Amino acid sequence: MTTLIPFIPALPLLSFLILALFGGKLSRKAAGWIGAGSVGVSAILTVITGIHLIDSLPAIKSYSVIIWQWMHAGNLNATISFSLDSLSLVFCFVITFVGFLIHIYSIEFMAKDEGFTRFFAYMNLFVGSMLILVLADNILLLYLGWEGVGLCSYLLIGFWYKEPANGTAARKAFIITRIGDTAMIIGIFILFISFGTFNIQDIMHLASAKWASGSAIAVITAFLLLGGALGKSAQLPLQTWLPDAMAGPSPVSALIHAATMVTAGVYLIARTNILFSLAPVVQAVIAVIGALTLLIAGFSALAQHDLKRILAYSTISQIGYMFLALGVGAYSAAIFHFMIHAFFKALLFLAAGVVILVLNEEHDIFKMGGLRKKMPVVFWTFLIGSASLSALPLITAGFYSKDAILWFSYSANSGGIILWLAGIVGAFLTALYSFRMIFITFYGEAKTEPSFPAGKLMTVPLIILAVLSVIGGFIELPASMGTVHLFSNLVNNTLPIVDLKNVENMEGLFQLISALIAMSGIYLAYRFYYRKPAYMETFNYSRINHFFESGFGFDKVYYTFIVKPIIWMAEIDKKDFFDQLNISISRLALLGNRIVSLTENGKLRWYILSFAIGIAVILTLMMNK
Amino acid sequence: MLTVPVETQIAFAGILFFLGLIGLLVRRNLVFMLMSIEIMFNSAGLVFIIAARHWNQPDGQVMFIFILAVTAVEVAIGLALILQVYHHFKTLDVDAINKLKDEN
Amino acid sequence: MILIYLIVILLAGAFLAWITGNMSRLLPRIISLTALSIDLIIIISYLVLSAPVNNKWMVDIHYEWIPQFGIGIHLAMDGLSVLMLILTFFLGIVSVLISWKEINTKVGFFHFNLLLILAGIVGVFLSLDLFMFYFFWELMLVPMYFLIGIWGHENRTKAAYKFFLYTQASGLLMFISILALYFVHGNSTGIYTFDYLQILGTHMSASTAMLIMSGFLAAFLVKLPVVPLHNWLPDAHSEAPTAGSLILAALLLKTGAYGLLRFIVPLFPEASVTFAPIGMALGVIGILYGAKLAFAQTDLKRMIAYTSVSHMGFVMLGIFSFNELAYQGVVMQMIAHGISTGALFIIAGQLSERIHTRDITKMGGLWGKAPFMGAIGLIFSMASLGLPGLGNFIAELLILIGAFKANVWMACFACTGLIAATLYSLRIMQKVFFGTENTKWEMKDLSIREKMVSLSLVLIIFGLGLFPQPVFDIAGPALLKTLENHTDKTIQLNEAQKSKTDLNTKLYFFNKIN
Repeated sequence: MTTLIPFIPALPLLSFLILALFGGKLSRKAAGWIGAGSVGVSAILTVITGIHLIDSLPAIKSYSVIIWQWMHAGNLNATISFSLDSLSLVFCFVITFVGFLIHIYSIEFMAKDEGFTRFFAYMNLFVGSMLILVLADNILLLYLGWEGVGLCSYLLIGFWYKEPANGTAARKAFIITRIGDTAMIIGIFILFISFGTFNIQDIMHLASAKWASGSAIAVITAFLLLGGALGKSAQLPLQTWLPDAMAGPSPVSALIHAATMVTAGVYLIARTNILFSLAPVVQAVIAVIGALTLLIAGFSALAQHDLKRILAYSTISQIGYMFLALGVGAYSAAIFHFMIHAFFKALLFLAAGVVILVLNEEHDIFKMGGLRKKMPVVFWTFLIGSASLSALPLITAGFYSKDAILWFSYSANSGGIILWLAGIVGAFLTALYSFRMIFITFYGEAKTEPSFPAGKLMTVPLIILAVLSVIGGFIELPASMGTVHLFSNLVNNTLPIVDLKNVENMEGLFQLISALIAMSGIYLAYRFYYRKPAYMETFNYSRINHFFESGFGFDKVYYTFIVKPIIWMAEIDKKDFFDQLNISISRLALLGNRIVSLTENGKLRWYILSFAIGIAVILTLMMNK
Repeated sequence: MLTVPVETQIAFAGILFFLGLIGLLVRRNLVFMLMSIEIMFNSAGLVFIIAARHWNQPDGQVMFIFILAVTAVEVAIGLALILQVYHHFKTLDVDAINKLKDEN
Repeated sequence: MILIYLIVILLAGAFLAWITGNMSRLLPRIISLTALSIDLIIIISYLVLSAPVNNKWMVDIHYEWIPQFGIGIHLAMDGLSVLMLILTFFLGIVSVLISWKEINTKVGFFHFNLLLILAGIVGVFLSLDLFMFYFFWELMLVPMYFLIGIWGHENRTKAAYKFFLYTQASGLLMFISILALYFVHGNSTGIYTFDYLQILGTHMSASTAMLIMSGFLAAFLVKLPVVPLHNWLPDAHSEAPTAGSLILAALLLKTGAYGLLRFIVPLFPEASVTFAPIGMALGVIGILYGAKLAFAQTDLKRMIAYTSVSHMGFVMLGIFSFNELAYQGVVMQMIAHGISTGALFIIAGQLSERIHTRDITKMGGLWGKAPFMGAIGLIFSMASLGLPGLGNFIAELLILIGAFKANVWMACFACTGLIAATLYSLRIMQKVFFGTENTKWEMKDLSIREKMVSLSLVLIIFGLGLFPQPVFDIAGPALLKTLENHTDKTIQLNEAQKSKTDLNTKLYFFNKIN
């Protein structure tokens, strides 16, 4: 059974090679089905190995398999080896399953694009790298997957390379995530030098044995790894790349920038949770960053015009929730929200993709409208997705996952009322902007007509994801609704259980509050954006709105204080001032030449004079001896 | 007969030499430069004569005959060169013959 | 004898190529290709049939040449040299293949110079007699001057002069050091010899050692190159023909690194440790300054040349870290950088063959016209920035870990070099292959010959990235031998550092694990 595990990442990578080398000779249909099929087979393999793993729990917690010895120099040992446990199983399931649906969708979405085969090649490379990331049992291999997904993200954001703006967005993403990656690699160095191994489980055991809780080295290492997570997951302060990454095709936004790559940071922190528990300061920072990010992104989403940018900020915000959960130690809640979020966010991006495609690349929601009657399937699935995002009580999966996080943000030992307040305000904002999206895009009068109906390959994945967004939550019900802990039982085989204060009885009250807040958000969205009263117009032009729209001015600050100085520094020394040393030496030599050649003036009398002077000098010297 | 001290005689020859040198340096006409060189040669010869008288050796006077011979040859060749220079440059100004100048 | 054959075959090929140059254009190319292939086959079959034994030399030949002065012909090969030789022959073949269509005038003389340079490089990697080492060092120099000066681009004369003057001057300083070493050794032991193995372990006072080491350092730092002695590199690389740039970047720079490993570290144990902080600082400055300059250029080859400065900064950092991991990283970086930067120069050459310009402001959007070239460019740009899965990542990883053990802050600064590398690599891709077409060029994608060359380089760089173990196994014993005198000194230096830094805990653990 363990022999099946390597095939899970290997099949998409093999498909990448086939498409990259022979793509030109394959028909579009073949390329599309090879691309989607490999991910589909990986999904099946994940299910098979997953069932086997779940059967063996809790006795055997993970299955490992070593493929080959990567390198061995001195005391440095690294292997290409994979390990499947419940955490990586959940991630693999989401990656392959949601990935498969997105690939199917792409067959129709990219059908008219000239880079069709190239697209599937990159997507497969991405899926393969992401699977390597979550299945890696040593942190160096994880880093390989980490950088691999960064590369694919760059290639896919800039997929339509003829447009320079796409290239700029792609580079921005790569560079910002690279800053995080550099912090992470320094953290990996510290871990290796302290413990002599790259194997994650070994590192965790050695760390808990050798490092004292709160010691300087644990805190520094945890901060560095956090830096990597912040970059990849687009949290404060490295969140500015994600909204611009919407320049890529919608399937890319769905797969990479909603469901999988941006959650790599969540995976990293969950995977190395022992290290973070040794540094409570860092965990507190994670929670605060999560809270701040979800608020800032929530406010920013409220002011966007571009449909995909709303969804991008929404992603940043929801990952903020996951970080909040990680920060208070509610690991299973974070992973649960990851899974549910993958479902409804991918759904929203795919549906948005259909809308944009069908309206001839129209991104501005204020130029849409009235699509409810014209695109019913898309409307209903989009509505279900938004409802799940807003955590509509009881009937959507999003309610259960977000509610768990909100509850733990208060009830966990490291949680508190302030974190909960941030979460609840965020929930309100989420409902507000989600339904703003719905009301402006799908209701009202139609400003742009859809040019063609969406086909089966695009609508069926939408429907599947919509169903999952509703029923996905029923595997994890809180105590007040009949305790169902299917999910957390699975995940808690690998992750620690959250540490709770003794406030069990308040849970019902908190759930009621969050339900009410969600409903009021939806109602206010109805009032502001459906009824469209006059004061909304003034608000739209206000300074606060512009501030929110620019993402709280982060882009401007980074540009002024970091980007411009670097470019200036590079331009001003283009000719390399060290070269001046050479130029001055050669100028000196030329100067010497010019001075000395004054004596070569061709005048005979000058030469005779120099003879005479020379003789006089020599005679004088001889006399003095 | 007046005995002139040797130093005076050498000094006289030296002054003659310097006069020749200054003439060489100051005059611009090639013919006059040649004449100045003659004067310098003669002063050198004079030194030899003075030394011969001082040491009562005939060798000095023999050297002077040599110098006369050399001078004659040198004047012959020099005048021939001056003729060629005049044909080429149409002038006998030594400052005009600066073709070996370093063209920078 | 095999070592002498290696050099002699190249010299014979050189002369044959020159002579046949008058008859046909094709013959010299075939002759040099044959000579290099024979040498490559010889060296690989030798390696495969006899694995290196620990601590000893794989092959060692010693003949007397001028006994009165203690000069002999001493050639020897160990793990480090054999890897460098394989790299030399392989890239020699590649350079002949890529100049197939590019060089059309004086072809015989071109191949004569090419093979002479390679013979010089082989000699540098093999000589253990200091006099012979200097002889081969200078032999590399003059044919390269001709290569740049005759077949180069617009500013070739100035670039050739600069290259020649820098390298010659630093070489002369090295020669003075060699002579000084000769005399110092002779004074202390009574034996006057240029032989490396006998000079190892000469006792010198600290100041003498420092002075002599500076002479050697001058030559190797200019060759490596290290900021601020790097100015010859951008001019030489951008004005040289493609084969010239390839050999310069991929091989000549490595002779500097080889010299540091073979001569500076074993011959001057204490002096090199004293110099180490400066050395590491120069390395870090090289990484960052080189990257900054690369980012600002508009001439494609000049840009790639500055990336070489940046990558060799890592080598400098690694060599002065004095531990095995860093040295394995240095060897890997020498090989991987040779391949990846070589491939980038090949692409630049292929582009300039087609569109006759190196100015990136006139390029753009070329992926559509030449997707294969674009893909190769992408792979090697990613190698340049250190993407895992490719050889350069392994190299930079090991160097950084090794440097981290030696000096934490230097390693952290060097890590920011990873971000800087991203800036220039992505700029290459964006300006050349992506974006709008600034000029509408009509160009063909790669021909079969060019594809074969590119694919072989791609295979090697992936092989190095995923299966680096053979390189480590071969180079391991040689590198340990280099570090023989060093372990005690490093621990002493670390102890001294302990009281200075505030990260006491970290160093405590480092030393424990070490």
